[in-house]
Amino acid sequence: MFRKPKRKLYSLIFVLPTFAAFIIGFIYPFISGVYLSFCKFKTTSDAKFVGLDNYVKAFHDEGFLRSFWFTALFVVVSVILINLIAFFVAYALTLGIRGSNIFRTVFFMPNLIGGIILGYIWQLIFNGILQNYGTNLALDARFGFWGLIILMCWQQAGYMMIIYIAGFQSVPADLYEAARIDGADKKQVLTNVTIPMMMPSITICSFLTLTNSFKLFDQNLALTGGAPGVVSDSGSMIYQTQMMALNIYNTFYANQNSRGVGQSKAVIFFVIVVVIALAQLYLTRKKEVQQ
Amino acid sequence: MKRKHITRVAALALAGLMTSMALVGCGGSSSSSSPKADKTKDGNASKGKVYYLNFKPEADGAWQNLAKKYTEETGIEVNVETAAEGTYEETLTAAMDKSEAPTLFQVNGPVGLANWKDYCYDLKDSDIYSQLTSKDYALSEGDAVYGISYVIESYGIIYNKTILQKYFDSDFSTVKKIEDVNSFDALKTVADEIQANAAALGVKGAFTSAGMDSTSDWRFKTHLANLPIYFEYKEDGISSTDAIKGTYLDNYKKIFDLYVADSTCAGTDLANKNMTDAETEFSKGEAVFFQNGSWEYTPLTTAGLTDADLGMLPIYVGAGDEANQGLCTGSENFWCVNKNANKDDIAATLNFLNWCVTSEAGTTALAEDMGFVIPFKNAKEATNVFVKADAEYTANGKTPVSWNFTTMPSETWKNGVGTALTQYAAGTGSWDDVVTAFVDGWKTEYAAANAE
Repeated sequence: MFRKPKRKLYSLIFVLPTFAAFIIGFIYPFISGVYLSFCKFKTTSDAKFVGLDNYVKAFHDEGFLRSFWFTALFVVVSVILINLIAFFVAYALTLGIRGSNIFRTVFFMPNLIGGIILGYIWQLIFNGILQNYGTNLALDARFGFWGLIILMCWQQAGYMMIIYIAGFQSVPADLYEAARIDGADKKQVLTNVTIPMMMPSITICSFLTLTNSFKLFDQNLALTGGAPGVVSDSGSMIYQTQMMALNIYNTFYANQNSRGVGQSKAVIFFVIVVVIALAQLYLTRKKEVQQ
Repeated sequence: MKRKHITRVAALALAGLMTSMALVGCGGSSSSSSPKADKTKDGNASKGKVYYLNFKPEADGAWQNLAKKYTEETGIEVNVETAAEGTYEETLTAAMDKSEAPTLFQVNGPVGLANWKDYCYDLKDSDIYSQLTSKDYALSEGDAVYGISYVIESYGIIYNKTILQKYFDSDFSTVKKIEDVNSFDALKTVADEIQANAAALGVKGAFTSAGMDSTSDWRFKTHLANLPIYFEYKEDGISSTDAIKGTYLDNYKKIFDLYVADSTCAGTDLANKNMTDAETEFSKGEAVFFQNGSWEYTPLTTAGLTDADLGMLPIYVGAGDEANQGLCTGSENFWCVNKNANKDDIAATLNFLNWCVTSEAGTTALAEDMGFVIPFKNAKEATNVFVKADAEYTANGKTPVSWNFTTMPSETWKNGVGTALTQYAAGTGSWDDVVTAFVDGWKTEYAAANAE
């Protein structure tokens, strides 16, 4: 009779440390972060409530709007490219060619290098090439954009490849056998057997690439730092390859009045990422099939 | 045999340890009875601690040593932390939020002070304020003194004396001695002639690359931009403004054009040239001129140049009274004491500061280990040739150009001007963009930073 409630009590006690850590490490910073977005502050302990002021300023910031569209374009291109590359590399490496384990390791390795270092290394490579044509990453936004895309593909494709390989290996062999007996050709097998069975992997990979690309910061900072810029009529510099995270960071440290604005941009950013990521999860989940 | 040996070593080590402990004990007891523990009117310094958030990474080691020395001498704990290069504002913001915030920090001038004024203790009655050689080196507003400069620096155009002499001696030169390089026109003549005869002189260009990478772009977006601001302020009789007119921007263009034209590399390459590139070019003798400051003395002499090779010219832009223009001399490093620290800690910090600039150990460390020229009465004489050059210019009646870049509205403004300059140098942007970023950007940024 007493056993059940007692057990519940115990479980509560055991959950407590994790729960406390969750509150301290996530819930509290999140709530205070949202609160600070409505404040003018220098350090977080002397915040002064100013209402929606920061949000108004954030939406009137030309550079922020520009960074949103730049980020959106970057996300679309990089999600498609990274997933296509990763999918086909994984496909090739599950065909049983010799040395595929070595290739897997090689493709995965870029992931282990930090973003800032990668950014500087690729900056040297790109600038080394562009120098021959008398130009530079910092001088043309197109180079900055494609540079970022190449860098991200190179870094992320290997990681996604590992997930896709696991997906390929989890497709039961009897399905392929049945398809072959039914007379399906290679293309039909891919579109009607492999891809539907791989939807969970596609879901997770597109989710990861989407959020990673949206939140990209260090590679952006190291590769272009936002350059080049266009001078607006007000004399402020509108950076052409600045993504949202970098814009928020720069806003936060711009001057003594800008911290709250940076914070409100961060909240807007959070909402955008959540909405897009959830929509994407919903759409790809719908396509998943039960085995 | 072996065992015995080990025992002996162990015994020796233990004895050594005990002796050192005894010595430490001694030091501690003697200091607690020393008269250092004076009670200032507010707090008891002997009970306080000092926590210094240092700005200059290159001086970190020297500060750690000095702190240790002070602790040994007085028993007062001094903790020195250094922010990574270029992250002082971020580090300070985070540190000020801690319950044990820094008791001593620094701001870079009036604009930096605007950020942190609410945290600054009024230093007008402090000992260190009375030690200043000139009250101009303090950062004050009205009666209150919020910051005290602890290092005076000069910048200008560093030149390689040896190569320049070679130019003076050659038959293609029209200018024959350094004293005649006393105006923008003379400087341009020299630079153009060096550039035209680079091969004969064994150099790649007159000026080192004006790198616009973030390690080097401050030389142009901040330090060089000081000159048009200085001349405008001087003409208008002001010391800061919410809207710059840009009266002298043509002069800014003239000198920047010269840097880009008579350089070791093409304008399109400047975007990713960095500080090391310029330093290397200069120390290898590939260029004659290098715009930089007295802090560059250590890197250049470490790279193999000697005092006999090095000199510094004022940055002539063709404005004002060029014959009487000196180096750009000033400070962007001001010590501030945290008002919100507890009283004992404030008292301890004030004592520590005073000790740094009056005691033998302190002034020696500041002058020799850190290479600072400090504006205090007990300062040691500097060994830095650029500092000596500045003193010489002043002694010859030249007026130093003051540091007005501390009134630039924000980092965002500087970055905007820097980006516009980079694109102008590469030919993808126009000078009009630089002017817009300079003049309109100033107004916008000033308003953004100072709005209530």
